[in-house]
Amino acid sequence: MGWKFSEDTPIYLQLIEALKTDIVSGKYRSGDRLPAVRDLAFEAGVNPNTVQRAYAELERQGLVQSERTSGRFVSIDDKKIEELRKDLSDTYIRDLFKKLNDLGMDDKTIRDVLSKWRDE
Amino acid sequence: MMETLVCNELSKTYGSVRALDHVDLKLEEGKIVGLLGPNGSGKTTLIKLASRLLVPTEGEVRICGELPSPATKAIVSYLPDRNYLPDWMKIKDLLEMYQDFYGDFDVQRAQEMLGSLNIDYDTPLKNMSKGTKEKVQLILTMSRHAKLYLLDEPIAGVDPAARDYILKTIISNYDETATVLISTHLIADVENVLDEAVFLKEGKVVLHQSVDELRDTTGKSVDEYFREVFKC
Repeated sequence: MGWKFSEDTPIYLQLIEALKTDIVSGKYRSGDRLPAVRDLAFEAGVNPNTVQRAYAELERQGLVQSERTSGRFVSIDDKKIEELRKDLSDTYIRDLFKKLNDLGMDDKTIRDVLSKWRDE
Repeated sequence: MMETLVCNELSKTYGSVRALDHVDLKLEEGKIVGLLGPNGSGKTTLIKLASRLLVPTEGEVRICGELPSPATKAIVSYLPDRNYLPDWMKIKDLLEMYQDFYGDFDVQRAQEMLGSLNIDYDTPLKNMSKGTKEKVQLILTMSRHAKLYLLDEPIAGVDPAARDYILKTIISNYDETATVLISTHLIADVENVLDEAVFLKEGKVVLHQSVDELRDTTGKSVDEYFREVFKC
């Protein structure tokens, strides 16, 4: 039902990551209104309290601002988008290196393989 | 935070069988709670005690502070685990009956949801598929503005698409100050919509935790963790 979630981390953290990806990719731009809690809960197939918690965390991190009557808006400048992109990509790269290390590859081998990967 | 359902030392025995064994439980308003346990763990007994179909052997259950009574029935919306409606009844009969019985029944909300199912109001229940029947019963249950929804196995025996429909109907229709208690053993299907999980094992509560916390501390889904706790 709804979005796909992985099993081992809390769903609100996965929602936060999905929303950050939407912001970095430009699906939501600065000033755009985010879906209402109930609507996103329905679309993602999760509990409304979970969406609330994800939104609250994005607000705390200063990526989203809530206006009392009109909803929640993305508030982000280009510099912050860059930071966010770097944060997310760092996470993915760290994961990639960890998985490849687990396969028995050292960092140098990984870098070699990566630099050639696109060409193959 | 207001407590919608409180069990104090709640026990129920059938003859020599202890179905519920000194259960202490507090459910807060605004939460969707999974009542999870294998067959025979006491899920249905707990729900029937809260809806006053059964009387405790020991201890008590309170709904918004009150012992089960006609007054609590007015604020509890209960979906039994079997077909409970006469099968000759048509949709229009059901809507009339619910309006007669329950002051909090929102006929407009029910009509909107029934509309999306494309069922004729003159179709009797007996001519509907099992999945449609379950959906109709759930719509009637969720169309009440209750304080406590007791849903006993709402997704058992229906196909995955109907399950999605049922779960989405639940999350989009409960009031923010209401509590929804969903009993099921199909945990993987419901866990994304749950705030909290209650594990019942042989009549005892062995776990009551927020689902986020449980994933955080165990690194497992509720479904995986359940399989561990109840390994045969």
